[in-house]
Amino acid sequence: MTAVVALVAGLLFGLGLLLSGMTDPANIIAFLDVTGAWRPSLALTMTAAFAVALPAFTFARVRGVSLRNVLIPQNDRFRIDRPLLLGSAIFGAGWGLSGICPGPGLMLLAGGDTRAYLFVAGVAVGVFAAGKFSPLRIKKVAGDAQSTLPPV
Amino acid sequence: MIPVWQSLAGGALIGAGAAVLLLFDGQVAGISGIVDRVLHGALGEQAWRVAFLMGLLLPATILGTGPVSWQASPGMLSIAGVLVGFGTRVGSGCTSGHGVCGAANLSPRSVVATLTFIAVAVVTVAIVRRVTGA
Repeated sequence: MTAVVALVAGLLFGLGLLLSGMTDPANIIAFLDVTGAWRPSLALTMTAAFAVALPAFTFARVRGVSLRNVLIPQNDRFRIDRPLLLGSAIFGAGWGLSGICPGPGLMLLAGGDTRAYLFVAGVAVGVFAAGKFSPLRIKKVAGDAQSTLPPV
Repeated sequence: MIPVWQSLAGGALIGAGAAVLLLFDGQVAGISGIVDRVLHGALGEQAWRVAFLMGLLLPATILGTGPVSWQASPGMLSIAGVLVGFGTRVGSGCTSGHGVCGAANLSPRSVVATLTFIAVAVVTVAIVRRVTGA
């Protein structure tokens, strides 16, 4: 049942990314290109996603358990530390260079283009590097254990 | 320009996906974190993550990805991929986990992360424009 729910959730997510054009790197770059031909589409998409998700997250945070009574781990919502800032900055650089974030990157694999495989292979290398070599990561994991934070 | 209704409806579907996963499974739809856990292969609590990724890829597999105009060379895409994989794990999230779920959870942590990666991406694009003269 858990997996069926996740399949449906993934389907909705994937359809949304497809419909909003977020799988095309040109649309992402157009949003980020504030000094050039800026296009606000991504802001509209994120606002709509926020509006729909907000009641669900508020409900879940207050209630503490899912509708099927699974305990929802309480994220440390206020912890702003160096790994958060440094990691987000590094991600931003990669996102700006490619116009691709992890979700659309995976979806682009479906198109079969070699460049999608190169990007996703790079992501895998980066994920492993973060897990194995980064002292930041080790510090972060120690913090996570404390707050039982699921990876977001 | 993408039609406004498409941007909004697409966003609503993304939000609905995140809501369904949270309300029924008690999980956060953070794609970089899901990929991380799947790659690191801790078996057991794995099924929902694989199912989510299958769901994510299904629409593009059936309907196609639509028009894709690549914005970087193959070599640059590899490098960008490494930065995206490394950065999202050190920073505990990407556009989905921090940008959609964390923001909807009214988490200052996620809002700061989101503003950070958007700001750096904006600067990166501006620099690339300068360097390539495009």
